[in-house]
Amino acid sequence: MLKYVIKRILLMILTFLVIMTMCFVLIKLLPLPAVKEQGRDVQLVLQRREAMGYNKPILTQYMLYWRHILLYGDFGVGEQLYVGQEVTGIMLTKIPYSIVVNLYSILIAIPLGLFLGIYAALKKNKWQDHVVSTVVMLFYSVPSYVYAFLVQYILCFKTGWFPLTAASREVAGFFSWTMFRSMVPAVVSLAFGTIASLTRFTRAELAEVLTGDYLLLARTKGLTRNQAITRHAMRNAMVPILPMILGEFIGILGGSLIIESIFSIPGIGNLYVTSIQVRDYNFFMADTFFYTLLGLVAGLVVDLSYGFIDPRIKMGQR
Amino acid sequence: MDTKKLNLTNIPKEKFALAGEDRRITDTKFETKPVGYFKDAFNRFKKNKSSLVAAIIILLLFLYALIVPFFSNYNVNFRDGYYKMLLPKSKIFSFLGWDGCSWYTVSQAGYDSYSAIGYEYGSSAVRKVEEPIVEEGTGKTYYKIYLDSYEKVGFAYVDLTEDEFEALKDYQNRTGIQVCYPIPENYKMSYQSVANSANLWYKLADTSSTTTGAALNHDADGNPIFENNYIVKESQTYGRYDSLRIAGDDGGKNGKSWYVYSIKNQTGYRVRVLYSAYYKYKNGFEANHLFGTNQHGQDIFVCLAVGARLSFLLAIAVSILNFFIGVSYGSVEGYYGGAIDLILERISDILSSVPFIVVATLFQLHLANKVGAVPSLLFAFVLTGWIGIAHRVRTQFYRFKNSEYVLAARTLGARDSRLIFRHVLPNSLGTIITGTVLIIPGVIFSESMLTYLGIVNLETSGLTSIGTMLSNGQAYLSTYPHIIAFPAVFISLLEISFNLFGNGLRDAFNPSLRGAEE
Repeated sequence: MLKYVIKRILLMILTFLVIMTMCFVLIKLLPLPAVKEQGRDVQLVLQRREAMGYNKPILTQYMLYWRHILLYGDFGVGEQLYVGQEVTGIMLTKIPYSIVVNLYSILIAIPLGLFLGIYAALKKNKWQDHVVSTVVMLFYSVPSYVYAFLVQYILCFKTGWFPLTAASREVAGFFSWTMFRSMVPAVVSLAFGTIASLTRFTRAELAEVLTGDYLLLARTKGLTRNQAITRHAMRNAMVPILPMILGEFIGILGGSLIIESIFSIPGIGNLYVTSIQVRDYNFFMADTFFYTLLGLVAGLVVDLSYGFIDPRIKMGQR
Repeated sequence: MDTKKLNLTNIPKEKFALAGEDRRITDTKFETKPVGYFKDAFNRFKKNKSSLVAAIIILLLFLYALIVPFFSNYNVNFRDGYYKMLLPKSKIFSFLGWDGCSWYTVSQAGYDSYSAIGYEYGSSAVRKVEEPIVEEGTGKTYYKIYLDSYEKVGFAYVDLTEDEFEALKDYQNRTGIQVCYPIPENYKMSYQSVANSANLWYKLADTSSTTTGAALNHDADGNPIFENNYIVKESQTYGRYDSLRIAGDDGGKNGKSWYVYSIKNQTGYRVRVLYSAYYKYKNGFEANHLFGTNQHGQDIFVCLAVGARLSFLLAIAVSILNFFIGVSYGSVEGYYGGAIDLILERISDILSSVPFIVVATLFQLHLANKVGAVPSLLFAFVLTGWIGIAHRVRTQFYRFKNSEYVLAARTLGARDSRLIFRHVLPNSLGTIITGTVLIIPGVIFSESMLTYLGIVNLETSGLTSIGTMLSNGQAYLSTYPHIIAFPAVFISLLEISFNLFGNGLRDAFNPSLRGAEE
């Protein structure tokens, strides 16, 4: 087991290095964007470029780049966006927004999704199941931005119940009522998608488990339906569901590109989109670093969690 | 003995004879027609009503995207400075409220100025009025009016060159359609409350202010009484206007004062035109926008079709390329296994770990200038898109490559390519086809997302994309929701249909469901 985990981690690091190297080289092949004139910041940016070895061979630059990241956690300074400010610092101020929005949304979505999924599976092929499945199919298919527009139109414009943009941390704390209220539209829009996919997944898993022979056996030996479902069916159905929920929890760090854009939440996803739009390569690289690492770690944790959740699954065996 | 040795490789034909020729054959020929794999799948697909409906919807949407740009009066490059943000209007379905009108609440001045539009030619931009509301305290009156967004544009001042002016007069004389209307006294002032001041042709209550269009007199009910305020000159051909005149312009009391229809300026003539008539004169057809227009005056019906066509073509190209790459890659991986599989799996692992948005951005930054935005987006989709299909194919190969029938074929001397393409691959065709089809909605969604976020810009001459339309419309979500609604509804309908269609396809191709229909 331990050997397998170490092997997976090493493979992950290798994959990560390859991806980052490719991105680094591809970004370095592009012409350097001119620095906008903004007083002494320009000098600062130019000095930092010099320090990062911008005139030296690409291999030296690459070494310097990793050295700065590993030793000082330094991704350079903003060149088009937040000119002259540390990329790492800016990113650290952005991540909490993404975490808060996503946290609220999955705290709503996970219980609801699980409940609906279980309900639909237990009522399989009855009208309740059809209703839930149809609604879930709609929300699963419709692109997230469409119901984000709808939510924005109804909650922000038509009724005016919620403000259009997220509150800033200077005005209100992250877990204050003002912040929560300003984030409700985004939270709702994010939750729809998660609820839909979780319901779908839970229903499919539980419905499959419910047809198992051991459930018939459990009923035959005298368990009530409720006992059989909670003690046997649920526990087995949870094996693939729990890793999925775990993945959602890791995913809250990454935020959402499109929802953050629509509701102007100053999170990490919004920063990523803006950095691409204005061609700030330092931010782009740092964000890519973050997202790639997040994706790899989430994948690894989800894979490994199967082994911990279900002792029958032996890791690393073919 | 050696002379009797048989030449077994070359037995003459006549040495053969049919055995048991006189035996009676008791089994009869099949009465039924043979059902092939695809026919069978199609039969099963037909039974799934929702998928069938979804397939028809997809087909209709596809035809819409394909055909509309060829038969419409408009194209993506068509923009109109006055007919902006027009509401959807359909001649056939106008009774359903699809009539290009909407309710507004306006002040007295707004009510006056909107009522005045169209008054000169016996029509009105205000289609319906509800009982006025008098605000308590201030005593101001507000009207709820049902305003025609086309008619609301009313009149406009246009600057024509000498030749253009002659052509316009000629058109008027030839067809008898009144395009030019008399110019009012207050044509030099710019009024902010009305879209363009060419509509203020009547006597105003307050000529010094530039913010109100209130009429001079009102009747007892508060309705404006319009009195024209046209410039009058003692020459019938002032501004070299010698064409149609409106009714009542007969030379005044002494047969000496006529309205002014054009004023000379540096480049030619400034004329006050009825915009709907001028539009028809200029373009040859009347303005009719089934889905309305956006803030640039582009026709949404055509833009959506053009954007959807681009999405469809991109998605279909991506899925075809992914199909070929995925199938060959997965076959090689799955069939040969071992070290080849290990290396190829590593490569696809690494590729699939790159966030798609990074791939799209890098391709855009590197290739968009060289090969164009659309091909570079295509490459970005293909770079990682085939991995899913390759994975499916690989799994299928691992399942089937050691089965007895493959072993039998191999024993008979079949080559690798024959084993792959004739024996193993057809087994996994169902899941591959389903996977390939389901790439299409994914690509359409990702493409609209990337263009919406502005990471990829596909808007060049004659092209647009659904994502661009969505981001255009977002600024007007509160005031003109129709700009964003049509692309959003289109893409939702498409995604829902594709999901249903994909489900049906999966069930149809999955032989384990055979005979298990409810």
